[in-house]
Amino acid sequence: MTPVSSKLSTTERPDDNQFGVSPSRQLFGKVMTGLVFACVAISIIPLASILFMVITNGLGGFSPAIFTDLPPAAGMQGGGFRNAIVGTLLTCAIGAIISIPFGVLAAIYTVEFGQGNWISQLVRFCTNVLSGVPSIIAGLFAYGVVVLLTGGFSAVAGGAALSVLMLPTIIRTAEEGLKSVPKATRLAAVGIGATNFQTVTQIVLPAALPFVATGVTLAIARAAGETAPLLFTALFNQYDIKGLWEPTATLSVLIYNFAISPFPNQQKLAWVAALLIVLLILSISIFARLVSRRKVY
Amino acid sequence: MANTHTDREIVIKTDNVSIFYGAFQAVRNVFLDIPKNNVVSFIGPSGCGKSTLLRCYNRLNDLIPNAKVQGEITYRGTNLYDSKVDPVEVRRRIGMVFQQPNPFPKSIYDNVAFGLKIAGFTGNFDERVEQSLRKAALWEEVKDKLQQSGLSLSGGQQQRLCIARTIAVEPEVILMDEPCSALDPISTVQIENLIHELKDRFTIIIVTHNMQQAARVSDKTAFFNAEAGEGGSRFGYLVEYDDTRTIFGSPKEERTQEYISGRFG
Repeated sequence: MTPVSSKLSTTERPDDNQFGVSPSRQLFGKVMTGLVFACVAISIIPLASILFMVITNGLGGFSPAIFTDLPPAAGMQGGGFRNAIVGTLLTCAIGAIISIPFGVLAAIYTVEFGQGNWISQLVRFCTNVLSGVPSIIAGLFAYGVVVLLTGGFSAVAGGAALSVLMLPTIIRTAEEGLKSVPKATRLAAVGIGATNFQTVTQIVLPAALPFVATGVTLAIARAAGETAPLLFTALFNQYDIKGLWEPTATLSVLIYNFAISPFPNQQKLAWVAALLIVLLILSISIFARLVSRRKVY
Repeated sequence: MANTHTDREIVIKTDNVSIFYGAFQAVRNVFLDIPKNNVVSFIGPSGCGKSTLLRCYNRLNDLIPNAKVQGEITYRGTNLYDSKVDPVEVRRRIGMVFQQPNPFPKSIYDNVAFGLKIAGFTGNFDERVEQSLRKAALWEEVKDKLQQSGLSLSGGQQQRLCIARTIAVEPEVILMDEPCSALDPISTVQIENLIHELKDRFTIIIVTHNMQQAARVSDKTAFFNAEAGEGGSRFGYLVEYDDTRTIFGSPKEERTQEYISGRFG
């Protein structure tokens, strides 16, 4: 076997030029580097321009009134959209309340108990399909199941539609989280006499919690901006809702309604709402990152 | 006159045990009795089925989907593989320490308290946690940081934490699956000293690759070997089981002699 030192000594000869990079490869390297940077720059442009547009158009209209007032009628001045802010938080909360238990339990089944059997593979396949389903279809589903059955548009119907969209993200991140817990840790729990239930609820799930929390916040961030599934489930409401079973305003539907309105005041409010929703999603995403930093494994 | 090991109380009887993974036979026809308050070590080359057998003593191999045990393993007269036996209950009486230290991602205190909680312990937790950590020779090192994560400890400390966790629930038998193979020499000595002390209260079965370790810590030694059966698949079997002194001094079987003198394995 050749000693390593003799190999090294040949590359260390300072006056040796036979190992230099050829000019054509130097050029190629520079061109490729430039190309990659250009692609990065281009892919940042949409986000940057959206932020720029939303901030320049929305910041001017920002006032305490948007949090305290109701949407103005056509042609009126001022106003806010406190009911839409409440509605967005409410529908997202309902969506989370529905999808978290289903998503986490499904993930527990596929990772802890199904372990690659046909049911867990089916669940995984369905999750993939579900994550590709257009959001308007999720809305149609909630319309058929909740709106038609309960006899009207409501915050609950909106939340149900959003829960369908949140489910795949939650299942997937929860699965990842559960998989990140080493098998040895499960064996340790079982080895001192823990039941499956105790192992999952007291050892595995707590260790996977940062993952699950990240998934939930990302799912909420996605759902908070959805418009299509809310159009025919939560509908809209000019006023504050008095109950969960009433049609409710949401930020995204408010933007949709006001952006196509001919009245400048409403258009301005749409920009403000857009800014608010971007800030909301941004802060949720930052929160998700902070949570995911607390990973155990 | 009864000699020293026949009048010993037998805790676990292994009666003609064979272990299968699907159609593959991993261990063949083992007869082996574990006396109370002894340290019994299992030695032998890789693939001889010593860990496999160890895992059968607290039904941990139940977790492997197609594992099957033939013959009888009795713990104090009860067949562990009887359909009426709850494996969870078995594991509370026969604890396990693994090859890789595997503390829970919880505080040092909770690592020890977890077993107590799930076993429905109602006494003084603080006291029992302290006792267990003392018995595992870890108390002095961790008494000021009980709320820190068990994962923040060094490898040797983690393994002692795992031992503390196991003895907290006061099992009768402790199974140790190569407990020192992931540790440095100093930690290994600490664990071996610990095993000596634990012997008064527990019966210990230890699988080890290290023959000196077996000679140092155990009262009795079982030597397993692997052999190719018909069809070429290898199975493990018990070659010789006797007092450690006899195994390392004057073994009866030629294979044992060859193995302990380092001629194969």
